[in-house]
Amino acid sequence: MPENCIYIARSSAIAARALAGEMMVMHSADSTFFTLNEVATAIFQAADGHTPLRDIVRDRICGQFDVDPEQAQADAEQFVTELSSHGILIMSNQPLAPETP
Amino acid sequence: MTLMSEVGQKAFNLGVPLAVHMDVTYRCNERCVHCYLDHDDHGEMTIAEIKDTLDQLAEAGVFFLTLSGGEVFMRQDFFEIVEYARRLMFNVKIKTNAVMIHEPEARRLRELDVDTIQISIYSHRPEVHDAITKLPHSLERSIKAIRFLREQGLRVTIANVLMTVNSSDHMAVQKLAAALDAHYTLDPTITPMMDGDTDVLALRIPGEELTDVFQNPALVGNQEEFCAPPQPPSQEDLEGYSCSAGHSFCYISPYGDVFPCVQFPLPTGNIRQQKFRDIWNFSPQMKEVRSIQAKDLTVCSSCSHVTSCTRCPGLAYLEGSMRGPSTADCEKSFYRTGVPTANMLRQGLSKPHSTSGRSAPLIQIRALEMQPGEIQTVEAQPIQVSA
Repeated sequence: MPENCIYIARSSAIAARALAGEMMVMHSADSTFFTLNEVATAIFQAADGHTPLRDIVRDRICGQFDVDPEQAQADAEQFVTELSSHGILIMSNQPLAPETP
Repeated sequence: MTLMSEVGQKAFNLGVPLAVHMDVTYRCNERCVHCYLDHDDHGEMTIAEIKDTLDQLAEAGVFFLTLSGGEVFMRQDFFEIVEYARRLMFNVKIKTNAVMIHEPEARRLRELDVDTIQISIYSHRPEVHDAITKLPHSLERSIKAIRFLREQGLRVTIANVLMTVNSSDHMAVQKLAAALDAHYTLDPTITPMMDGDTDVLALRIPGEELTDVFQNPALVGNQEEFCAPPQPPSQEDLEGYSCSAGHSFCYISPYGDVFPCVQFPLPTGNIRQQKFRDIWNFSPQMKEVRSIQAKDLTVCSSCSHVTSCTRCPGLAYLEGSMRGPSTADCEKSFYRTGVPTANMLRQGLSKPHSTSGRSAPLIQIRALEMQPGEIQTVEAQPIQVSA
């Protein structure tokens, strides 16, 4: 998948809630449970299906945290790839319609 | 400590209501002999009120939502409730007798990504199960529903309430659960009726029979560990709390009443009159419940079982004091370990007098059910940036 046009959306098969600034996420299929730190939570919350990941990193990460942009982009891609492998996020190189139950 | 345990502890410490049990109706199509509910509708919440409540619960931080009743499918708008709850991203568990679940309903529950469906099965024998539910063919219908749900890949838990009329059937029900590829949970709790009538407690199994349950590894896991004598409490233990009721868990009735727990009928407020958050944060009753530490317990603080007992403050409240002992749990601790409790000793008893049939309900064990600590947990890869 081209790295410069990744779109991400939250799966409809998950449960999620913020607890003290950190997101709890559970997948309904296998009850796999994640907690996301503050930065990962910012990406997760911005996963609307139509904002490119690079824009999310620029606006929600680099704008809020003291971080090297290239490193942040690389870490963000690794993060969304992992959550995608667990069915928490959906990745595409095309804009995605948000999933609803 | 697992990730799930850490999250639970964090919610407990912060006073966040991580889990809520909400009964959406008390109406039911079965008339179970042991049921404690009044099944008439005295003005249950409308769909608009329930949606508003769910909005408030999401805002308050609730993650785990159990929808129960009565029979949830007696509400014709039940799927609208589940759909709304899932849009708010709750983890939804449903408790039902399942007799109204057919293939279309099972498919819809799958589409809504419900976490677990818990279904009451009392016996593998129709003549016993149907006599308990007073609904002909209810066992057959519930089992059919379980097959529909499993075909959809949904997780199903069979809840087996143990009482005098079905006490010899639990092993067969456990085998039935295995055959249906469902989890199994055994629950010997019989609760007094909502109007205080305790006649139903005559259905509870004699305490002596609990020993058989506690010594069954198929039900309790490591029997030696489960039945080990109690350890002396530490200072930290004495500063601990009974359970999550009022700390990170509460119960909401179909009429909007908020209680610390399903089994703790202490009214703390009504969401038709107050915001949930105000009840949760400022109700004097909630504050009192969450203030009670083990060292404050009138009898149990000096009991050798204080660290390992499953003392339920709700059952203690039903006996007269939320700080007092729960006879049902004293009985459980005794039959589990053989060691008398402080409550028994102060009454000069060498064993609980369980034959009265009038004391508070017995026990709750959750054998072979997936516990939070057993849920597969994978911690997300931390992003390597510094805030």
